[in-house]
Amino acid sequence: MTTPLLQLRGVAKRFTLHHQNALELSVFDNVELSVSAGECVVLDGASGLGKSTLLKLIYANYRASAGRITVQPPGGEAVEVTELAPREMVRLRRDTIGYVSQFLRVIPRVPALDVVAEPLAEDAGDDAAGIEAAREEARRWLTRLAIPERLWHLPPATFSGGEQQRINIARNMIKPKPLLLLDEPTASLDAANTRTVIELIREAAARGAAMVGIFHDAEVGAAVATRRINVADFRSAA
Amino acid sequence: MSTSTLPLLRVRGIGKRYGERVALHDASFDLWPGEVLAVVGESGSGKTTLLNAVAARSQPDEGSVQFHTRTGGLQEVFAMSEAEQRLLARTDWGFVHQNAADGLRMDVSAGANVGERLMGLGERHYGRLRATASEWLQRVEIDPQRIDDAPRTFSGGMRQRLQIARNLVTRPRLVFMDEPTSGLDVSVQARLLDLLRQLTRQMQLAAIVVTHDLAVARLLAHRMMVMQKGRVVEAGLTDQLLDDPQHPYTQLLVSSVLQP
Repeated sequence: MTTPLLQLRGVAKRFTLHHQNALELSVFDNVELSVSAGECVVLDGASGLGKSTLLKLIYANYRASAGRITVQPPGGEAVEVTELAPREMVRLRRDTIGYVSQFLRVIPRVPALDVVAEPLAEDAGDDAAGIEAAREEARRWLTRLAIPERLWHLPPATFSGGEQQRINIARNMIKPKPLLLLDEPTASLDAANTRTVIELIREAAARGAAMVGIFHDAEVGAAVATRRINVADFRSAA
Repeated sequence: MSTSTLPLLRVRGIGKRYGERVALHDASFDLWPGEVLAVVGESGSGKTTLLNAVAARSQPDEGSVQFHTRTGGLQEVFAMSEAEQRLLARTDWGFVHQNAADGLRMDVSAGANVGERLMGLGERHYGRLRATASEWLQRVEIDPQRIDDAPRTFSGGMRQRLQIARNLVTRPRLVFMDEPTSGLDVSVQARLLDLLRQLTRQMQLAAIVVTHDLAVARLLAHRMMVMQKGRVVEAGLTDQLLDDPQHPYTQLLVSSVLQP
């Protein structure tokens, strides 16, 4: 058996709220989870049980209170997310872990096309041909996600919620990364765009990406899941 | 971000006292090429003291600041001669002041402001100086027609952009910024932030940005240090500190603003 691309062992997460009389909120006591290339693990569980928290622990915008989170990039060395220096984590996010959420963090003044092209353009550095290739790829993604061409050169700040969400999906999927975290990527999309996103997820699985996802829409979850896990299992006593 | 094995800057245990008052206590960090570090905290937390000590503008009472020079590996900044420090400050380093008037010559032309560091490095060719100045004015979105105007006639946002051009013209590897966007209108701030974000990425610039604005940190910085009463109380990835603050003071800071 091959090494899983993502492995969580004994992961716990507690929040200490110092300004609420040091209130302790325990979300997870013991997360055990392995995800291999080509898998799409869909997280189930009622709202507030910590589905998003789990994704944030893997992406390291939350810090684990205990346990190990190991990422094994294909052909690279295994890394321990909980021990990485910030610059190593920045690199891991750039090359290995993608996070697709429903919210676009808008960058003032940058046109939609460049927002989408940025992850590829960043790798191109100063190389003009590389930057143009990144823009060309961005045009393909915008077309596929049905963003009207008249919007491509406008900053997405004024776009509708659904349009911003599709910009965000394009931006975070344009660079094929080995591990994708999907946090309700279809939350406010219409049926046609939802179908496109399902196709994109299946294509990512076909190229060997490992994915962990949260889907409010049960049909979408059913359409992409290769396995389902209830996060309630990661709490000791409910 | 480069994969070099040595940091660009290595700071160890620096401290500074003003009389009885400890303004800065035992600050240590490494900064790597292309990395943007935000230093946040309220007024009087020691963040500007830290910036000035690291940038060799005021000598700390203790500790060490080493810079990876182009020729000699990691070198102790405070062991350098004053001439060497000055050379560093106008070639490999930049310093962007909160108040543009502190970083510009207000009564000489915009072009001369941009060209000054190049002249300091020995460039005397008027045509080349002017062409470079004009190119940099465009890069910071100032109409090159204004090249002969003094910054006194510029708006606040233009002055700040001119100050950035003046610093970046020698292609420094490290830029220090002290509250670069405060005091500007929100729309002007957004433009400046976007420009800074682009330039740091395109030029693989490392930067230390002192700010009290967590949204500025979120947008610009890979990493963040939170200071309180002269001490670094928490440090790490920017979004980690903002989304999952651990220290009581960071929690207070994050919960006190609207959606950073």
